[in-house]
This record gives sequence, C-alpha cells and structure tokens, in this order.
Amino acid sequence: MSEADVLTQAEDVGGPQQPLLEVRHMSKHFPVRGGFIGKAGVVRAVDDVSFSVAKGEVLGIVGESGCGKSTTARLVIGLIEPDAGSIVLDGEKLGGDLTLRELRRRVQMVFQDSYASLNPRLTIEQSIAFGPMVHGLSEKEARERAHDLLRKVGLDPANFADRYPHELSGGQRQRINIARALALSPRLVLLDEAVSALDKSVEAQVLNLLIDLKEELGLTYVFISHDLNVVRFISDRVIVMYLGEVVESGPVEALWSDARHPYTRALLSAMPSLDPDNRTKEAPIAGDPPNPINPPSGCRFHTRCQFAEAVCSATSPKLFATGNDRHTASCHMVDPASGHSKAGHSTAGELTHA
Amino acid sequence: MSAVADDLVRIAVVDKARGYWATVFRRLSRDPVSVTCASIILLIALAAIFADYLHLANPYTGSMIRRLRWIGTPGYPLGTDELGRDMIARLIYGGRLSLFLGLSPVVIAFTIGTTLGVMAGYLGGFVNQAIMRTVDVFYAFPSVLLAIAISGALGAGITNSIVSLTIVFIPPIVRVSESVTTSVRSLDFVDAARASGAGSLTIMRVHVLGNVLGPIFVYSTSLISVCMILASGLSFLGLGTKPPEPEWGLMLNTLRTAIYVNPWVAALPGVMIFTVSICFNLLSDGMRSAMDVRS
Repeated sequence: MSEADVLTQAEDVGGPQQPLLEVRHMSKHFPVRGGFIGKAGVVRAVDDVSFSVAKGEVLGIVGESGCGKSTTARLVIGLIEPDAGSIVLDGEKLGGDLTLRELRRRVQMVFQDSYASLNPRLTIEQSIAFGPMVHGLSEKEARERAHDLLRKVGLDPANFADRYPHELSGGQRQRINIARALALSPRLVLLDEAVSALDKSVEAQVLNLLIDLKEELGLTYVFISHDLNVVRFISDRVIVMYLGEVVESGPVEALWSDARHPYTRALLSAMPSLDPDNRTKEAPIAGDPPNPINPPSGCRFHTRCQFAEAVCSATSPKLFATGNDRHTASCHMVDPASGHSKAGHSTAGELTHA
Repeated sequence: MSAVADDLVRIAVVDKARGYWATVFRRLSRDPVSVTCASIILLIALAAIFADYLHLANPYTGSMIRRLRWIGTPGYPLGTDELGRDMIARLIYGGRLSLFLGLSPVVIAFTIGTTLGVMAGYLGGFVNQAIMRTVDVFYAFPSVLLAIAISGALGAGITNSIVSLTIVFIPPIVRVSESVTTSVRSLDFVDAARASGAGSLTIMRVHVLGNVLGPIFVYSTSLISVCMILASGLSFLGLGTKPPEPEWGLMLNTLRTAIYVNPWVAALPGVMIFTVSICFNLLSDGMRSAMDVRS
C-alpha cells in the first residue's frame, strides 16, 4: 500500500446506490464452560444478524444491555471473528477482495470508555499518530496529521498534543478518540456508546461535532446506544436488537411513530416523558432479558410479550416488511399468514405509549 | 479551521507535561526512605567498584598472629577474620561479587521473564498454555532447593550460580508479567490499536510493554534481596564462590567457626547482606507508591 492511500479516503466503488456496509447472516456464539459436570453451553451473542448501511447515513442500533450491540460492532471491525456470516464493504467482501487490514483502515471505531481507550503512557499526539505510522507514514507526517485532527475536533494542538490522557476531561478524551478514529481516513465510523458516558452538555457538544465531521469528511456512522433520544437525534435509520437478533428496523421517524414490534414499543414507552401531564405510569416491560445461553424457543421475546400466543413460542418470526418504506419487523402480528390472532391489523392503539 | 471552531475547548497553558518515568523519579526523590536506601546502595556499590582507590589493606593477605581482632582494634577498624585478613577491606571488596551475584540473575531473569510473560499474556491460547505450564513445573520445587539442585548439577562457580539463580527467578517474573499483561490486554486502547491494523509485535512493544513494565520492575527489585540471600546461601554451602574470594555469604560461612570467639566480627557480613537487601526492599516499596500515579 502506498502512502497516498493512507492520506485519503478510499475511493467510492459502487456509487451511491450500493450500500457502504452489508452484514449478511452474521452469528457469534461464545462458548461458556459449565461447572464440574462440564455442561457447556453457548451464549448466542449475535444470531443471524443482517443489515446494511447506506453511504452517508447514520444507522442507529438500540437495545438493552447484553443484546449484542457491541458484539456486532466488534464483529464488523474484525476484533472478534464471526462464527458465520459475511461482511461486504462497498461491494468488496472481507476475506475476498478486502483484507482485514484494509477493512480496519476504512472502518474505525470509537469506544464508550474514553479513558480505557487511550494508552495512559502515550501523549495525545502519539496516540493519534500511532495508526498512520502503522500504515507507513513517517513520524513527521503522522504528527502533522495528528495536529490537523486535533484542530478538527476542536482542540488546540499547542495545548493538547503533549498531554497525557489523565490530564484531560471525559469530553476532551472522547474528542481525542474521535480524532484517533479519523486518523486513517475511514469511510465508516462505528460509535459504540461513544457519548453515553458524557455529561448531557458535553454529550450535545460531541454529538454536534460528530455531525459536523460527518458533513465535512463525508463519513457514514453506525451509532450504537441505549439512549433513544440521542439515537433519534442523530440517526437516519434504526435497528432494534433483542437477545442477539434484529427485531425491527426502519427509518427513524417510521419507527418512532409506527413501531410494529411489541419490544420496540415497550422500549419507546420506557423513555421518561418530559410532559408532567403525561407521565409514564406503569413499567411497559418487566424483568430482565432471558438468559442468552438458552434463549426462549420461537420468538425470543414471547416470555415478556403481552400479546404472546401459542404460535410465538412455536416458530420464530422472520423480518417481515410492514408495507412502509424499508420498515421491517420480526413479529408474527405483522405477518398476516402467521396464524397469530392479531396478525394483519395494527395493535398500535392498544398499547399506550408516550 | 474546522466548522467546530466555535466550541473550541480552551484550557490554560501549562508547562509541558512530563513523561511518566520523569514523574515517577520526581516522586521517588521526594520520599526520604527511598532516597536514604538508594544512597546506601549507591555508596556500597561505588565503594566496591572503586575499592582499589580507597587505600585499603589487601583483602587476601592474612596474618597468623593478628587473627580475629575485635572491632575497633587500632589499624583494623572492623577487626580481622579467622585468617587475620582486614575485615573492612574484605567487606568492601566483597561487595563486588555479592552485588554482582545479587543483581545479574535478576536482570537476566527480568529480561527473559518479561518477554515470555508478555507473550503468554498477549497472545493467549496455545502460546500461553505452553509457557505457563512449563513455568508451573518450576513451581513444584522450593526456590532454595531448586537453586541448590541446579548449582549442584552444574558444579560450583560464579557463572553456574548466576545461571541457577536466573532459572529460579524466571518463573515468578513470568507469572507476574503474564497476569499484568492479561489485564492490560483487555483494555479498549489495545483493541483500538488492533483496529488500526497494527500487528501483535507492534502492539506489544508500543502499547503493552509501557503499561506492564512498572509493576514487573517493582516486583523484580524486590527479588534482588532474595537473590542476594540465595547467592550468599549458595556460597555458604560451597556451591557459589570459592575461598579465598571475598564474598559476604562465603565470609559468613568461614567466620561461622569464630562465632563464640568473636561474634561481632563474625556477624559483619550478615549485617552487610541484611542492610543491602532491606534497602532494595524499601526502595521497591517506594517505587511501587511512586508509580501509583493516576492523578
């Protein structure tokens, strides 16, 4: 690879119609060891997940803790190897035309813990310059690049380049992490709870920074978060995950106004209401997600779903188009042929949500 | 300037941040115990190195009529040993071998042990199993016994005792570095480095080593005192240095017979071993707290 490749973003191959990232039937099962008897099981962290990200869009991924959001991100960037499935980046399949090293240059990631994701022994400048130097830039070029990026994320290089992570605030550190992710001129940035650990005011600043950078550099984001307000603010399209599966996906407004999966609706109504006349009165969903080692049969949500019927525990629903633009949900109630008593007609009115 | 210039974060310009090791050294130099211990070690080491210029008596020449003089005897401030050799000269010259025997096995074991431990911790899987299970074999024997066994098998001599002591100290250093590496490896910045396409060797060198060296270094320093005592023990048993070479452990052995005649002189080599090893121990304690900088 020549140095020029590193300095510029990878060329667009398939045109605007081709998705930037396609994830096809990806699964990751972590083996867990049992006790003395040796009864081993597997955690189905990510189970047959498929989605695509269009060029220039922000895809939000939401779900409870442990639903496989972060595992999905780590699978996409190759930090863990999938058991099954494939990753296609702008028409090039990982393992085929696309090497892992090249994938990791075009896709970068920002982690949640701004402190743990910076090496405490390296200065800010060294941390940012590390990636470009690995990809063949000279130390001087890499340092100039680091200074450029610091300016881009709103930090003065004269003040910050020689500092250590522990001298900075959480918001400043997360800006550094964003700069580090941009150092290799990626096309896609995975933001794994990137703003979740920040104060609300700082969070807003960093979100605005992310939006500005996206416009300026022509980036595409996958934005993983449990904060639905933030996801709604920044995303164009959202996928909802539950126990390692995609349960619903669609444009953000369609999802918010016309959620089809009971889990999505429960999530949305769990958001605290800001209107004092319209308080959230009862918990829309109770209990913890079931153990992912032995997920429930059929639809994985049927143990907590108020509409569950016999068909729900018998067969698992597939993602089914709701009729709206690119809006799909994996619920038997959406599929008129499923045999569910409420199938085919909307249940939106029966669930109150803010 | 970018579009985000309006929320440019400004902070007061402070003097250039110091490097990590500079900070550690500065903190260490403010701790009176550490400074005292370091000075004592330095003094003994310098005296041993430049012993030839100190106008000392010949540590090898004895005198049958001036044996086992008491401490304070005119001409012999620390008395004489069982062959009438000047104790002060022998103690200072003895520092050469004793310090060398105490330091070199730890230094060699530190290098080898850290390399193996970081590899085992970072690469995991088969490499980890291979290295750690081999190390476990050495744990089956008490360290003193192991040192004696290896020295006995290799035969007496300075080189052989260094080899045997090195082998004794590699396993604990591998253990410590493996566990520190495992905890550092799981941090996000290592993942971030992997995500930027760096190879394992680069990540170990740039990101892992800097974060694990501190604890391993502190632990190794605490091994120096153990090593000095073990080395003395080997000499005492006749497996290390051979007479008439001045070495604290060996001197302790030969003066043992005089313990009822002149106990104070007989105890002197022990005092040296004790002083140096406790200084190294306190110094490593001081380093541990000096390195504990997160704020």
